[in-house]
Amino acid sequence: MDLQLDIGLMNHTKDNSSSQILPDYVDVAIIGAGPAGLSAGIYAQRKGLKTIVIGNSTGGQVNDTSTVENYPGFSSLSGESLAHKFYDHAISLDIPVIKETKVVDINVQNKVKLVKMDNGNSIRAKAIIIATGSNHRILGVKGEDRLAGRGVAYCAICDGPLFQGREVIVAGGGNAAVEAAIDLSKIAKKVSIVHRSIFRADQILIDHMKKLQNIDVYLKTQILEVLGENRVTGVRVKSKNTKVEQIIQAEGVFVEVGYTPNSSLVRDIVEINGRGEIKIDSKMQTSVPGIFAAGDVVEGPYKQIVIAAGDGAKAALSANEYINHLSNEEELNNEIA
Amino acid sequence: MKLLNEEVRAQLQQVFENMKTDVTIALFTKESECETCKETDSFLNELIETSDKLHLKHYDLDENEDIAEKFQVNVVPAIVLLNHQEEYQRIKFNGIPAGHEINSFVKGILEVSGAGVPLPEAVAERLSAITKPVNIKVFVTLGCPHCPGAVEKAHKLALMNPHVEAEMIEAQTFYDLSEKFNVSSVPKVVINDQYEFVGNQSLEVFMEEIEKTQMTVQ
Repeated sequence: MDLQLDIGLMNHTKDNSSSQILPDYVDVAIIGAGPAGLSAGIYAQRKGLKTIVIGNSTGGQVNDTSTVENYPGFSSLSGESLAHKFYDHAISLDIPVIKETKVVDINVQNKVKLVKMDNGNSIRAKAIIIATGSNHRILGVKGEDRLAGRGVAYCAICDGPLFQGREVIVAGGGNAAVEAAIDLSKIAKKVSIVHRSIFRADQILIDHMKKLQNIDVYLKTQILEVLGENRVTGVRVKSKNTKVEQIIQAEGVFVEVGYTPNSSLVRDIVEINGRGEIKIDSKMQTSVPGIFAAGDVVEGPYKQIVIAAGDGAKAALSANEYINHLSNEEELNNEIA
Repeated sequence: MKLLNEEVRAQLQQVFENMKTDVTIALFTKESECETCKETDSFLNELIETSDKLHLKHYDLDENEDIAEKFQVNVVPAIVLLNHQEEYQRIKFNGIPAGHEINSFVKGILEVSGAGVPLPEAVAERLSAITKPVNIKVFVTLGCPHCPGAVEKAHKLALMNPHVEAEMIEAQTFYDLSEKFNVSSVPKVVINDQYEFVGNQSLEVFMEEIEKTQMTVQ
C-alpha cells in the first residue's frame, strides 16, 4: 500500500469560484477544465479577455495517469500534480474556474451566445471554447457491461490495489495500456496484455515492460468476450494469425483501449466527424463562427496532454482575434446590455 | 517513516488556519492483528502538529468497548472526527487516510471545525426529508484520485442530517469487507448495505439511492 501523501488541497487554499459572484457575461466561456481548457483560460485571460472556465473535472483525464513523463519541463511527475499545476497557474491569474459543474446546453442563435449550467446558472459569452475532452472507450464485447465494477475496470491506478496477488488482463496497446500493465505488474501475480494489433505505445515503455517477468503479451489477439457469472473469471480471445480461440484466465480486466470524445453537448450545433470528434479549421474554429474547440474532443490524431494544452492556446488566441474583429460592436453591446 | 514532508506540512498549516473551532481526532487501534495501526498513529501525531486546534485521543477497540459502540466503531484502525465539544458527528475513516485520501480527511476536519461550504439548496431540501437511519460506506484505495470526492460528499450528507452516518473504508486494509460487498472498482458507495453505485457521482445520485432506503419498512 503506497501511503505517499498526494495532497491536492486546491479546494481549500486557493479557490476563487465560490467567493466570486458569477459574472453575467464574459468575452470567452471555456467549457472543460483539463489541459486544453485551462491552457485556453491562461491565454485568454492574459490577452485581457474577460474569461471563465466551467468544468466538471478539474485536470480532466490527467488525474487518472499515474506518472507523466512526456510533458516538457517535467521529466517525471504524477498526473494529478501536473493537473494541480495547470489549475494553480490559472487561479494565479484570477480566472474564475467554476468546478464540478456541467454545461447542459449552449444557445448560439445570436452573436452573443448563452451557456447554461447544470446548477441552473447561465452566462452570456461572445465566444465559446469547447474543451470537454474524452472518456474511456469501452471494449464493446459481450460480458463487459454486465461485469463492469465486478472485475472489469477502467482506472488502473484506482482499482489496481484490489487485485493484489491475482491475475489480471490489460486490454489495449497504447501508452495507457502499457503503463497500466507496468503499474499492475507490481501488484498482480500475473498481467496479460492483450491487443488486437501491434503496440503503438512509446518504445521506451515497451522496453520497460518487456523486462518485467510477470507480464505475458498477446498481440494481434482479439478479445471476444469477458467471462464470469458474478465476477470476472477470464476472457475469450482469438488470435488473428492462427484463428485459434482460447481462454485467458484472470480476475480483473483493465480496459485501456483509447478514448471517445465528449462531443454530445455540441453534436447538433457544430460539425462532427465519424469518430465523434469536433471538426475544426487550422485556427481551432468549428463550423460555427465564435465557437472554438481544443484538446481531445477535436479531430486529429495523437491525444496527448501537451497537444491539448497547445490546442487550448491556439483556440484562445483565435477567439481573441475573433472577438477583436466582431463586425458590429455596437449591435453586440446592445445584445449584451 | 515520516509521511509529512516540509511542503505538505506548510500546506496543511495554511489550510488549517481556516478552522473555526477545535477538532478532536479519535483513533481506535488494537495491540495485535492490525497492520496499519502504528502507521496511522504516527501519521496522526505528525498531522496534529500542524494546528493548535487539532487534538488526538487514543482508544483501544477492546478496552474502550463502550466508546467504540457509541461511535459505532468495529474495525481498526478507525478514525472518528469529533467537534469542539467532543461530540460524534457521524463521520468516520476506517483505515489510514493517506495517499489521495488525505484530501477528504483534511476536508472532513475543516467541515467539523465549522469551515465547511453549504450544500446546494435543492439537495439540502431533499436531505431534510430523510428521517430513517442511513449508513453510507465509501470504499476507496489510496491511489484513487476520484475517491476523496465521493468520501467528501458522503461525509457532508452525514454532517447535515442526524439520521445519516458515513464512513470511508480503505478497501485493501479491509479486504474481507471489500469481498463481501464485491468491491472491484472504487470509489464504490454502498448505502444501508443494500443500494450501491460506483464512481464519484453527483450529490443527486447519492440522494436518489438514499431516498430508496426511506421507502422500505425498517
